[in-house]
Amino acid sequence: MSEGDEAISTIRVVLPQHLRALVGTAAEVPLQVPAPVTVRRSLDALEARYPALGGTIREHGTGKRRAFMRIFACEEDWSHESMDKELPSVVAEGKEPLIILGAIAGG
Amino acid sequence: MSKVRVLVGTKKGAFILHADGKRKDWEVSGPFFAGWEIYHMKGSPVNPDRIYASQSSSWSGQVVQRSDDGGATWAPVGNKFLYNGVPGTHQWYDGTPHPWEFKRVWHLEPSLSDAEAVFAGVEDAALFKSIDGGNTWEELAGLRGHGTGPHWQPGAGGMCLHTIIHDPSNADRMYIAISAAGAFRTDDAGKTWKPINKGLHSQYIPDPTAEVGHCVHHVAMHKERPGVLFMQKHWDVMRSDNAGDQWHEVSGNLPTDFGFVIDVHSHEPETVYVVPIKSDAEHFVPDGKLRVYRSRTGGNEWEAMTKGLPQKDCYVNVYRDGMAVDSMDECGVYFGTSGGQVYASADAGDSWTAIVRDLPSVLSVEVQTLA
Repeated sequence: MSEGDEAISTIRVVLPQHLRALVGTAAEVPLQVPAPVTVRRSLDALEARYPALGGTIREHGTGKRRAFMRIFACEEDWSHESMDKELPSVVAEGKEPLIILGAIAGG
Repeated sequence: MSKVRVLVGTKKGAFILHADGKRKDWEVSGPFFAGWEIYHMKGSPVNPDRIYASQSSSWSGQVVQRSDDGGATWAPVGNKFLYNGVPGTHQWYDGTPHPWEFKRVWHLEPSLSDAEAVFAGVEDAALFKSIDGGNTWEELAGLRGHGTGPHWQPGAGGMCLHTIIHDPSNADRMYIAISAAGAFRTDDAGKTWKPINKGLHSQYIPDPTAEVGHCVHHVAMHKERPGVLFMQKHWDVMRSDNAGDQWHEVSGNLPTDFGFVIDVHSHEPETVYVVPIKSDAEHFVPDGKLRVYRSRTGGNEWEAMTKGLPQKDCYVNVYRDGMAVDSMDECGVYFGTSGGQVYASADAGDSWTAIVRDLPSVLSVEVQTLA
């Protein structure tokens, strides 16, 4: 790797059923994300690959996570963490998935 | 022989109902977008196989879907609805200022002349336009910017722009309606707007005859007489004969003048349909009877259409976009209920049959008459 190149990680992202159906994909999506791997960079990569997911996990304009969408990694809730906080190395290494969930709410 | 395609949006997906010109035997396809709320679907008058659908959920917000093959296949298009500039505030339920926040698309109205152009009425109330088949959207900001925006307030269902009507005789003229702000008209293709609420009287607001603040539920127009408008207000059925400059009440002998839907016969501009609902607190038909009321005199004199409709133990509602008419020689009328039934009349309302009885709660019904 030459100076200035970013390391690229291949991570695994698990999508909820309603978003899988929207973009016609399997439950788990492999994504190439530049290091350091964060929620923001992971969502950027996800939306670049599936533009129809734009606005469905985080709002257009503000970029905030939608209230009923939650983000988990390594059995911990990352929903309220900074989107720029580095995710655990096991997520960056693809050993554990980044899980996007629809909250249990509504009817 | 002509055929009809009925587009049904429900709280848990979309359905498309097909029949030939007899409108007797129906095929049902769907659910499309299962599990999502489909507030509205509508086809382009220029290219009827192009259909737009508003798909939304509390979890994942707004998606707009487009079909270019009559609803057989669909693909998501643009869903970026960003208000122009600093959105500002409107009134909240308690009268305090509340920032404009996009929530969903209530109504999609394709252009009468350009299959690539489509308008979206959204909550919090604003009007957007796409000129590239729904891929990108731009707000027609003159509506919110004309001055009364800070005084608009949400109705019980949210502050939604739910009605968009093109004037087929004047490409620059368009009508929209907002709960609870009222009706507005543009005469310059959406650059500037004026409230058209004179004659409305709403006892539930501080000034019952205010310029804005009226909870207009729906407006309908006959395409050959675009200056005549019919309105179902929260309470009161209203009529204007001068493009909304002045309204007068035509509730007449209706059992209750609360309701949501209103529509006009496709060939008889003085024949109007409403479905009276008991009250604002009891959103179901009165007396357990589902009755469509038809006026052949442009209002005031109404007759109950009951043949084929349940006349006991029925407590459904019909939402504001839940009625449509086809343009077959004998006008077909269609409506969907909160109980999941879609009823059709192939004889202008004289008799009704249920096309389907057990869909999710119906949010909208549109119909296309196809060659």
